[in-house]
Amino acid sequence: MKRLLVAAAAATLAVTAQAQAVKLGELNSYKAQPAFLEPYKKGWELAVEEINARGGVLGRKLEVVSRDDNGNPGDAVRVAEELVSRENVNLLFGTFLSHVGLAVTDFAKQRKILFVAAEPLTDKITWQNGNRYTFRLRPSTYMQVAMLVPEAAKLKKKRWAVVYPNYEYGQSAVASFKQLLKAAQPDVEFVAEQAPALGRIDAGAVVQALADAKPDAIFNVTFGADLAKFVREGNTRGLFKDRAVFSLLTGEPEYLDPLKEEAPEGWWVTGYPWYAIQSKEHDAFLRAYQAKYKEYPRLGSVVGYTTVIAIADAIKKAGSTDTEKMIAAFKGLKTSSPFGPIVFRASDHQSTMGAYVGRTAVRDGRGVMVDFRYVDGAAVLPSDAEVAKLRGAD
Amino acid sequence: MLAGFAVQLLNGLAGASALFLVAVGLSLIFGVTRIVNFAHGSMYMIGLYVAYSLVQAFGVTALGFWGAVLGAAIAVGLLGALIEIGVLRRIYRAPELFQLLATFAVVLMLRDAVLYLWGPEDLLGPKAPGFKGAVQIFGRSFPTYDLLLIFVGPAVLAVLWLLLKKTRLGVLIRAATQDREMVGALGVNQKWLFTGVFALGSALAALGGALQMPREPANLGLDLVAIGEAFVVVVVGGMGSIPGAYLAALVIAEIKAICYGIGTVTLFGTTFAFSKLTLVAEFLVMAAVLIWRPWGLLGKPQGTVRTVAAPEAPLRPLPRAGTVVVVALLALLALLPILARDYPYLTVLAIDILIAVLFAASLHFIMGPGGMHSFGHAAYFGLGAYGAALLLKALGLRMEIALALAPFFALVGALVFGWFAVRLAGVYLAMLTLALAQIVWGIVFQWDEVTGGSNGLVGIWPSATFASKAAYFYLTLALVVAGLYLLRRMLLAPFGYAMRAGRDSPLRAEATGIDVVRVHWVGFAIAGTVCGLAGALFAFAKGTISPETISVGRSIDGLVMVLLGGVQSLAGPIVGAAAFTWLSDTIIRATDYWRALLGFVILALVLAFPQGLAGGAAAVAARLRGVR
Repeated sequence: MKRLLVAAAAATLAVTAQAQAVKLGELNSYKAQPAFLEPYKKGWELAVEEINARGGVLGRKLEVVSRDDNGNPGDAVRVAEELVSRENVNLLFGTFLSHVGLAVTDFAKQRKILFVAAEPLTDKITWQNGNRYTFRLRPSTYMQVAMLVPEAAKLKKKRWAVVYPNYEYGQSAVASFKQLLKAAQPDVEFVAEQAPALGRIDAGAVVQALADAKPDAIFNVTFGADLAKFVREGNTRGLFKDRAVFSLLTGEPEYLDPLKEEAPEGWWVTGYPWYAIQSKEHDAFLRAYQAKYKEYPRLGSVVGYTTVIAIADAIKKAGSTDTEKMIAAFKGLKTSSPFGPIVFRASDHQSTMGAYVGRTAVRDGRGVMVDFRYVDGAAVLPSDAEVAKLRGAD
Repeated sequence: MLAGFAVQLLNGLAGASALFLVAVGLSLIFGVTRIVNFAHGSMYMIGLYVAYSLVQAFGVTALGFWGAVLGAAIAVGLLGALIEIGVLRRIYRAPELFQLLATFAVVLMLRDAVLYLWGPEDLLGPKAPGFKGAVQIFGRSFPTYDLLLIFVGPAVLAVLWLLLKKTRLGVLIRAATQDREMVGALGVNQKWLFTGVFALGSALAALGGALQMPREPANLGLDLVAIGEAFVVVVVGGMGSIPGAYLAALVIAEIKAICYGIGTVTLFGTTFAFSKLTLVAEFLVMAAVLIWRPWGLLGKPQGTVRTVAAPEAPLRPLPRAGTVVVVALLALLALLPILARDYPYLTVLAIDILIAVLFAASLHFIMGPGGMHSFGHAAYFGLGAYGAALLLKALGLRMEIALALAPFFALVGALVFGWFAVRLAGVYLAMLTLALAQIVWGIVFQWDEVTGGSNGLVGIWPSATFASKAAYFYLTLALVVAGLYLLRRMLLAPFGYAMRAGRDSPLRAEATGIDVVRVHWVGFAIAGTVCGLAGALFAFAKGTISPETISVGRSIDGLVMVLLGGVQSLAGPIVGAAAFTWLSDTIIRATDYWRALLGFVILALVLAFPQGLAGGAAAVAARLRGVR
């Protein structure tokens, strides 16, 4: 009888907990970018499961209401509005594409709701267009570039060629690269620049134009299908022979794996070598992820997972789901990630999550990263005083 | 330098073959069936996916590789036949362009089917056995497979030319391209001819896709890339002209290769990367060609199509019962923010629907009564939206003034583009509007300092007066209703009659003293201005705009709304826009495979209401009256 009562009480408690679950609104371009966002979704689902198994936050369950933003800012703003006004979510997180991320950033400011940008890379989310309601997890374009530049400067190559997709991500990556490399090595010369349209590279023509400029080294920002075409043409036409290549994001499984045995060898890249990271935090994440999904994680999985862990920690620290209290909690929040401890900086709301920098190689018919090291985001971020100048007043 | 240039020209030749193969099937299909087949890019994409799977099954030998390429073409050819028999055959009698809506639904369904069957990750196929390496040309490595491709394009061209000139099937296809009713009257089974041509066209698209296996990974973005390129090539070459398609492919591919070859040039202290031009190079070519040669490089004026659809009934003013319904609907809408106090999202959705309605109605204005099928209507939407944003942000004007002045940006755009467009007709007009819209898109995408480039502009929120959703809803409602009334009033005025006269019979209209070109030009400008108002309302509703507001996708959404509602009815665009926006919003939450479901629903509506939703309702009403 007593046991029955306890069970009943527990059930009632569970029902009330369910009734006042902490609701997180999530939006992303699932159908526009399925290759990157399916692993991301699995990541945050794992985190929600783990947190709720431990009893949720503030004694309440965590619940995520997820929406597809159709890959465009107009629909994203409507979806965000729906999450806020119909679903009454406590905060928003997600987005992948930079322009969608920026739209939701501005929406958060207008509606005075907390937004944790998970994946978008554009520097503007935390700098030029940053606002007090928006925080970002993933290392930005600038940070990824800054991680590669010290290695590039060490080589003392004089003639550089750059190739990048013609939109803001590619443009700002190349601008940062030029600026940082020139600062580190003033005699550097940029001898060729190719900016094909995203998803529509004419790889043969691009590769040949780069080869004709006879550079000593190449900086590549293309990714996805463009990268696969570029690598294949480059291999066939001998572009990469005796040339140093630096390539942004290429070490992420999302981009490296489709290349299979044709993955380039010896490129300097940023990425995520899940198969070779030796750390307690990552082991635990990897085991849990593989147990649940029977497949290996991608970088998106880590981003999705860490975003929700960080949000849960922030709510715990705030002791409430009040927006102002959560913002105060996020500033300087110390939380954990599969890559180790990270901090959300109070100055620009950027987390110090870093990335792995290493070289590519082919092992057992697939591309991997070797000789890598983890670069903490804090090591490459500009100082608080510098970002204050970029951000303007909140 | 010169040697490098020569090799770039060779790159262009290889690219031309690839482009030609994508486009030629579309040209054949359009020539015979007059269907603007959006699903052609999907056939290309599926061709590549099927070839990838087949080569995995057959093994990477010469036989396996070429077997897979051929197998993919055959399999997709069968799929094309299936689509023609299952869907298109049922709606040939629908109003012009309606089949486009069905192919749009097919695109949505096929995209999700591919995602389901092959998964989201890019699939990079093997290199072709025997063509893995490179040869030295002018001291540069040139892939042997590209060398092979250079010959494949002309070879396919030759085979098709022989097929068309020397076989009975070819004679029938050419005859049907010229005058399909006459072919039918002479006892040729049109049904099977159409099915056969659709299958052949699809197989050619798949062949083009499969042959790209060693050059690019199979991925889910290919359908849209391919359809865009295919349309451009077909139109530049001249619809229905096979050699024209090759010539156009050659011109476009060479121009792109040269852009890459030139690289960066510094002139007067400013550095310009020529490769950036490839963003819109093909559309610049298309606009230039259409202005210079309205039927494409090797095309001829389109043969007359004696329309198979029922002739359009004349427009009539609203009967009394209709007026009552409209007033009641308006009263209901006026009360919406109060009724929906507990469902605040309803107001938000209603704002989006109203904006879509105005967008669709302005497109319908030129598309239905004007007979000008604009495929680039998003240009004016975007000009209005960016106009509003720039007036607010760059000039610091008040939101109300920015909103009032923004449509003038669209007016200027519509006046300039309309001047060129109204001189063309049919699908060439459609494609010129598309090209001009893409050029606007390219400029906005590239002009960082002013338009914010690919990220767009943020912080475009209404003033304090209209900050609440309810207030903004009333503002939108008032302006949309005013816009709709204005459009309707003009259609029922002598101006509207003149526009329709110009559409139905340009010669007779000219003879009665109507300056058809001028009337259509004014109509184009009015539609553009009203569309600009919709764009400005959109900007302030979202707070953010990006080049996506000018994209092809938005132009196509507009077409879908108008066709779904019914192009021959004045209520059509209103019903269509409301239905499409509401459906998209609801279905996107219903399932992970919302794209397929949306496609399925549209397809079902297409088959059930070949006159569109409003047209269908009117037909039902007429029948009921007849019974009584």
